[in-house]
Amino acid sequence: MDKYTIENLELFYGDFKALKNINMKIQEKEITAFIGPSGCGKSTLLKTLNRMNDLVEGCKITGTVKLDDQDIYGKIDVNLLRKRVGMVFQKPNPFPMSIYDNIAYGPRTHGIHSKAKLNEIVEKSLRDVAIWDEVKDRLNKSALGMSGGQQQRLCIARALAVEPEVILMDEPTSALDPISTSKIEELAMDLKDRYTIIIVTHNMQQAARISDKTAFFLLGEMVEFDKTETLFSVPKDKRTEDYITGRFG
Amino acid sequence: MKKIGKGSWEQFWLTYKNKPGSLAVLICVILAAAITVGVLFSLIIYILVNGVVHLKPELFAWEYNTSNMSMMPAIISTVYITALSLLMAVPVGIFSAIYLVEYAKRGSKLVKVIRTTTETLQGIPSIVYGLFGYILFVITLGWSYSMLAGSVTLAIMILPLIIRTTEEALISVPDSYREGSFGLGAGKLRTVFKIILPCAVPGILAGVILAIGRIVGESAALIFTSGTVAQVPGSLFDSARTLSVHMYALLSEGLYTNEAYATAVVLLVLVILINAFSGFIAKKLATR
Repeated sequence: MDKYTIENLELFYGDFKALKNINMKIQEKEITAFIGPSGCGKSTLLKTLNRMNDLVEGCKITGTVKLDDQDIYGKIDVNLLRKRVGMVFQKPNPFPMSIYDNIAYGPRTHGIHSKAKLNEIVEKSLRDVAIWDEVKDRLNKSALGMSGGQQQRLCIARALAVEPEVILMDEPTSALDPISTSKIEELAMDLKDRYTIIIVTHNMQQAARISDKTAFFLLGEMVEFDKTETLFSVPKDKRTEDYITGRFG
Repeated sequence: MKKIGKGSWEQFWLTYKNKPGSLAVLICVILAAAITVGVLFSLIIYILVNGVVHLKPELFAWEYNTSNMSMMPAIISTVYITALSLLMAVPVGIFSAIYLVEYAKRGSKLVKVIRTTTETLQGIPSIVYGLFGYILFVITLGWSYSMLAGSVTLAIMILPLIIRTTEEALISVPDSYREGSFGLGAGKLRTVFKIILPCAVPGILAGVILAIGRIVGESAALIFTSGTVAQVPGSLFDSARTLSVHMYALLSEGLYTNEAYATAVVLLVLVILINAFSGFIAKKLATR
């Protein structure tokens, strides 16, 4: 089933057209990767999917983005949208509070205050990202004392805690070491049974390793969008081929 | 064992022997630092030497009269006026700063105008605030010389300071926290109160402490607004003199220089205590 349907999407930062006529359907319970050189619009597109671009001054869009047939730029509650569509950022950004409170922040935001329920959510979320055993004895310690890789997994757990349907990952491993990176990749593959995952990455190998579908962007255009195997083995477009064979980017 | 790096004279000599320019600059900056420290210490020592010997129990008598020259009413008035001014200025200041940083469009004309305004207000001499307070509160509104007139005047005076420091504190909270919070579906209100403000507390507190320092040290703006009656004020509309004003009054009368020194000691200790306390609180909050 299609989770997202994007039609004729164009996005402007002031007078600059950052996205040009994007049309794509994103399948649910799959990993979709956005690749392309810096400034190609892949992160911008990701941020239109949970309306994080609303925070950018002078950002305008035309066209439609539908989540389960509902226009997310129509009459909807943006906070509810962002509850359904979680986001993991490039740099791990745990809040300066305890590990427990970091995870509980989302559920509390959406009205869960029962201690027992929160405990359950915290444990489940941390187990889902496989750091429960590492942190269960220091849940009340500051999250800022964790390593970078742990912090990023905490941020994923924090996103999972509000029970989203989609998880957007904006270059989630670019600030991490190789071992943490492979843990995050494994985690993403574990999670795709339950969540729709869209990941922006600079790293083509990463896209090839973990994604089911890959979209290649260049200068605000979506050049090619196909099954990952197909895109990397028999690209249809010359520009895609040049990029994946390392001729530019 | 051979000492290396900073602290070794041999290293020092090797570094500077062929560079008279660098040596000259080094001497200048050390001298400047020494002058700063020296001035502060000589001031403190001078006041302590002249003041401590005159600290007598009757200076802390509950009632002020011309034989004991008690500063107790002034101490109490200082606490009252400080508390009242903060009560008015801190909420307004913090909320203005929240508006400027979190709600107003970033870099908009309005924000720039408000910022310039607060900066200008900060530079206005306190006697001008005093005159303004005198004309508006004391005369026009008919509050006469009163604690209320004094506190409101001081609140206006410290408002820009609170706004500026709170603004800086809010701006220094990384945007990634805001993104993280919005990304979880939290609204603006929750993001500001649960994430941004707690992070900014040490900075805001620093501003409040600076403001307390200004209030405690202020005399010009108060002489015209809260007057110089040296009794414990019974109501908001009673005149009250703070320690600084008390000192000014004692000195200007010319008869009680020793008592003025003693008052200065108390004032100094008070300010040092406030600073130490605020540092302690800020550290507590920062490591939490």
